[in-house]
Amino acid sequence: MHVRRGEFVGIVGPSGSGKTTLLKAITGSVPPTRGTIEIADGIRVGYVPQVESVDWNFPITVGEVLTMTRTRQRWPRTSPSERVEMANVLDGLGLSGLQGRHIRELSGGQQQRVFVARAMFGKPDILILDEPTSGVDVRTRHEILHLLRDLHSKGSTILLTTHDLNGLASHLPRLMCLNREVIADGSPRETLIPEVLERTYGAPLHVLEHGGMPIVLDHDYTSSEVLRDTERQMRSERETRQ
Amino acid sequence: MTIALDLLAPYDFAFFQRGMVAATLAGALCGVLGVFVVLRGMSYIGHGLSHAVFGGAAASAVMSINFFLGAGIWGIISGVLIGRIARRKIIGADAAIGIVTTASFAGGIALLNRYGQARKSIEAVLFGSVLGVSWADIAAISAVSLAVGAIVLFAYRAFLFATFDPQVATVSGERVAAIEVILMVMLSVTILVTMRVIGTLLISALLVIPAATARMITNSFSRMLMLSPIIGAVCCLVGMNLSYHLDTSAGATIILVAAAVFTATYLLAGRRARLRVASLHHL
Repeated sequence: MHVRRGEFVGIVGPSGSGKTTLLKAITGSVPPTRGTIEIADGIRVGYVPQVESVDWNFPITVGEVLTMTRTRQRWPRTSPSERVEMANVLDGLGLSGLQGRHIRELSGGQQQRVFVARAMFGKPDILILDEPTSGVDVRTRHEILHLLRDLHSKGSTILLTTHDLNGLASHLPRLMCLNREVIADGSPRETLIPEVLERTYGAPLHVLEHGGMPIVLDHDYTSSEVLRDTERQMRSERETRQ
Repeated sequence: MTIALDLLAPYDFAFFQRGMVAATLAGALCGVLGVFVVLRGMSYIGHGLSHAVFGGAAASAVMSINFFLGAGIWGIISGVLIGRIARRKIIGADAAIGIVTTASFAGGIALLNRYGQARKSIEAVLFGSVLGVSWADIAAISAVSLAVGAIVLFAYRAFLFATFDPQVATVSGERVAAIEVILMVMLSVTILVTMRVIGTLLISALLVIPAATARMITNSFSRMLMLSPIIGAVCCLVGMNLSYHLDTSAGATIILVAAAVFTATYLLAGRRARLRVASLHHL
């Protein structure tokens, strides 16, 4: 697997498939048991944790969340240049003027964005997000997707894991299906197909297409006549394309 | 006029002046470290550590080794070990810590019973003694306060990062394990130098109460880190003076004052502030 500068890659797979372990190996918090991980010299990683893993009761303001990563800067004081940088990052993420607010006082989308802002404040070469849409509502999910697309279009390299096949994965330019090994790697149209999904999730999943985008059905619709016809038609279309 | 003179009366005594300086410094010092103790949910570690240090203090008294040397080595070793056990999150870690530290405490009492000179020395270590505060104690507390203050200020962001978000701090290349060892060493040394003033049994309260009170007042980490030592120092100052006039033990009076300040803040602060304290774990 290779991630090049400027790419936007999603990793999907069932629980226990190794998504988080892969991220941990990439960030160097666990050593790989097999294989190697090569990271170009001087690459800075901006890591965005799962919203659910954050201690929302910790006494901390938005400004403090951002500056804590700059540990090279000694003393608690925020320097004037940091203030300007912070304002720029917050403006870019639609969080203007929230520096002094406690993290708990923000909306769901703002809470997730604060941690994206913290990662961006470190001027990362690659942004890594662990399940950015888990535990958030539909509106927040939309916000996050828009935000990530926006960052990507401005040149950020993004790697994320997700459980959310229709809400997030199918909107990404490149997907990797993982279940202890890489089962497929390509665009959502190439990877979100029943054959790959069955090998990834170990269960039969049906895929429909809507407006050129695959929609994965995670319920048992095998009895549906219409569904089988649509699938048959899609498969033959795919075969003709190939 | 007479009231003012009465209030100043204890300051005629050199022992009270020494006790006053030592207690105020101890309050500020415990206030700073208390922020980390409270936010990391380590208050039982502070409690255990003070008991462990007591064992070391008793052993060094019996073997006529210098108190700071004997109890210091013992305290730092137990602090680092306790930190490691707690971090690994082995099931029953708190049970293990409880057994080891109370055994150390019980061992200390047995040693002093068997070989110590008097009950008085045990009481002094358990409940603190203002009379016993020497210039060496003040020098030790000052040195530790300066060192802790310098470390916390100098590595402020690293300490905050490792406390708030150890996982991402590790990913970002912070030496989280080293920071935890430094914290445990600072905590052990603080307990060591302040226990002769406040007492083994009460020191953990001085680590928890000012920080928990500060948490109710503010939602910002930096402000909590400034408020907590101020609250700690003021409680010690007031408690020391009260203890003279009421003729009660200094350590106990200080903790009662701190508890009163906490209760008053709790009652006055409103529902949201109360929720902040409810959210602190392992208090």
